[in-house]
Amino acid sequence: MDSLLNVTTVLSVVLMLLVLVSLRRAHIRVEYSVSWLLAAAAMLVLSRARPVLDFITRRFGIPDTPLTLFLMAGSVFLIMFFRFSVIISHLRDDNIALAQRVAILEFHVRNLGSHEE
Amino acid sequence: MIRPSGPDSLLVIVPALNEEGAIAGVVKSIHAHVPGVPVIVIDDCSSDGTIAAARAAGAFVLAMPHHLGLGGCVQAGYKLAYELGFQHVIRVDGDGQHDPRDIPRVFERLRVSGCDLVIGSRFVEQGGVHFGLVRSFGIRFFRLVLRPILGKAVHDPTSGFVGVNERALAVFSRSFPLEYPEIEALVVLQRRRFSFEEVPCKMHPRTTGRSSITALKSLYYIAHVLLGVFVNVLKFDGRRHWINPNPPGGSDG
Repeated sequence: MDSLLNVTTVLSVVLMLLVLVSLRRAHIRVEYSVSWLLAAAAMLVLSRARPVLDFITRRFGIPDTPLTLFLMAGSVFLIMFFRFSVIISHLRDDNIALAQRVAILEFHVRNLGSHEE
Repeated sequence: MIRPSGPDSLLVIVPALNEEGAIAGVVKSIHAHVPGVPVIVIDDCSSDGTIAAARAAGAFVLAMPHHLGLGGCVQAGYKLAYELGFQHVIRVDGDGQHDPRDIPRVFERLRVSGCDLVIGSRFVEQGGVHFGLVRSFGIRFFRLVLRPILGKAVHDPTSGFVGVNERALAVFSRSFPLEYPEIEALVVLQRRRFSFEEVPCKMHPRTTGRSSITALKSLYYIAHVLLGVFVNVLKFDGRRHWINPNPPGGSDG
């Protein structure tokens, strides 16, 4: 159990470092990094606070403490994936609207040009 | 310069993706059967010579800067038509499967009946055309699903041969399904109390290129469109109009 929590701790730290490095290199925008940093921090805290994990395990009747950790991590990442799906959907809609607008403006410009000739 | 001519102006839009081999024939055939009517080919970022072939055949071209998919492409055409002030728009596919000889019939029904959307249907008469097993199942399945939602039978809900009037054009230029749009578009219009009719049309076998619809894609299509239909039904704003889909003086909701 302890070695599993140690692995989770290392993974959390790696995730946080990855996000921070990506931020520094401008590979990820600040608003999208916050969710990842919070998720990594939550995983770090839970993996280092065994009594908290044990309490949650007992409270919800989960048969195993590691299962609690993975259920919580899984839930957080599912919510994050959903959030990013919403963001991607908005971006796709905006992208399509912009592409249509560009195409229509190009159409007008081309027809104005041919009309003037 | 492209301009609507008079109160019954018509524009034909032709969405196309890599239809270099067929597009010139489609455009020329449209010009032959509805002379004087402007034709806009909406090119969905083809990698072949579709644009040049369409222009050479006498069509205007609305070229997408990148691939948008059928719905995004058709909506761009509707937006342009609406901005230019056209009263009626008929969509014909760029693969040559729709027969432009049917355009005057679709236009006449659109003009005379006062309905908002006319579908060029492959199944109203003569038993229609034959598709693969999955596609045939999909079409039959959606007939059954749409019957109670639309309040009347629709024989060919997946037909891309569609004419719309100004009211439907206004709706579609704002809101149009992006993938597999035909069926969802019917539900979008029905939610606004708009009416539709079907006109029997012919469909030719594809002569060039190949269809992108495989059996696996057909199954994905069914699941995707089914979800889209129910999402549109859930968007229902509370006004009940299941019984009479064609009330007098219906307006854009």
